[in-house]
Amino acid sequence: MIEVDNLHKKFGKNQVLSQLDLRIEAGGIFAVLGPNGSGKTTLIKSILGMVVPNKGSISVLGKSIRNNWKYRQEIDYLPQIANFPGNLKVKELIRMIKDLRQKASNEHELIRLFMLEPFLDKKLGTLSGGTKQKVNIVLTFMFDSPLIILDEPTTGLDPASLIKLKELLLKEKNNGKTILITTHIMQFVEEMADGIVYLLEGKIYFKGTIKELMAKTEQNDFEHAIAAISTYTTDA
Amino acid sequence: MLKILKYSFYDLMRSRWSYVYFLFYLALGFVLLFLNNDLSKAVITLMNVIIVLVPLISTIFGVMYFYNSREFTELLLAQPLKRTSIFLGQYFGVASSLTLSLILGLGIPFVLYGLFRSEAIWDFSLLLITGAFLTLIFTVLAFIIALANENRIKGFGYAVLLWLFLAVIYDGLFLLSLILFEEYPLDNYSLVAITLNPIDLSRTLILLKLDISALLGYTGAVFKSYFGTRMGLFISIGMLLLWTILPIWRLAYMSKRKDF
Repeated sequence: MIEVDNLHKKFGKNQVLSQLDLRIEAGGIFAVLGPNGSGKTTLIKSILGMVVPNKGSISVLGKSIRNNWKYRQEIDYLPQIANFPGNLKVKELIRMIKDLRQKASNEHELIRLFMLEPFLDKKLGTLSGGTKQKVNIVLTFMFDSPLIILDEPTTGLDPASLIKLKELLLKEKNNGKTILITTHIMQFVEEMADGIVYLLEGKIYFKGTIKELMAKTEQNDFEHAIAAISTYTTDA
Repeated sequence: MLKILKYSFYDLMRSRWSYVYFLFYLALGFVLLFLNNDLSKAVITLMNVIIVLVPLISTIFGVMYFYNSREFTELLLAQPLKRTSIFLGQYFGVASSLTLSLILGLGIPFVLYGLFRSEAIWDFSLLLITGAFLTLIFTVLAFIIALANENRIKGFGYAVLLWLFLAVIYDGLFLLSLILFEEYPLDNYSLVAITLNPIDLSRTLILLKLDISALLGYTGAVFKSYFGTRMGLFISIGMLLLWTILPIWRLAYMSKRKDF
């Protein structure tokens, strides 16, 4: 599904990713974890082509992404901070994105699910953070793409919406989709993820299942295992 | 690219600033015609205003739009769209809405005054074409500055400095150099110096067409004697085109390498 080889990225003097290799197989939910500034968002943005790597190659669905933009047709992306053009109405934004992607979409169902009907005629600038995030989720999930990338999807969501998001994720997973998530909520990861990728200082520090991680760090609790991993000396 | 252009254009058509700009030109056109009571005289006064003001407004507007639409840009970058079409689409959206405000704002009063029955129609059209060129040139320069600078304050500063340099300082330096080196032949030098500044280039172009030798000044006179009126017009329009195309190409190149 996604193949990343020897990826390097520097912002000025700050080496964010170095020699990163990663393979994500098709199907399932994968959590990309790591402390703040470990390069999670940069990795995701590199896969999306928003960040141009200094070195290395990335391919999505078997095709190299260099100088290629059509592959993004197969990706649904939820950005970390829902920054939308403030003078657009929710309805207009949805229509615009549909027009740009020219793909079948099921936004009505999602709008109903997240109870966004009263906000459709409101301008995006006037919405609260949580409502914006819901709009963000609708925009992401309304298309049917094999790869879904979510950067901190839980930010600002109330518990009821969080449950709906989880159901949505499980549904998409059962449809055979590949889902990549970054988050800091370990409970969410434990509940949802089939595999985890742990980034530290721009490298993949651990890749495997939650069970493997707990066995490796000799911890019984996932949260402690994650905390222990960065201090755990590995020979892998 | 056309879709992005469409959305940027609509976005601007709904913004207050496009109307302010349009109303400003509308008022300017009426006032000038009222004061001069003569089409060709109004064209000359208008030229002096356009040549300084269009670059200023295009620069400020271009930088402002680019920074304000950053969220929109990031949203578009994750969509299956080519990067160059995102940026060029936005650029042409801004440039075309500014040009439209200029042409409508000035066109309406002049047409009402009887432009189509006047001989000044060609001079006036050339004025609008030059205004359109200046809009295209300074908007793309503003976009380049904004793309190169994450920091808005810096971007604004550089953009205003660029305008100040090309509209005011450049002429001062040019004049100073002419005085300093008056003992040398300066014909070629001044020809080159004129083509390196789109504002000077536009002024020369319009004055050549209006054929007012008193206003041409030294460089204009050199330009005229060197190329003749027809060739002079041709070359200055060619240079303006180059001034438009090269920065647009540069913007496309930069947009492919930028991280978001």
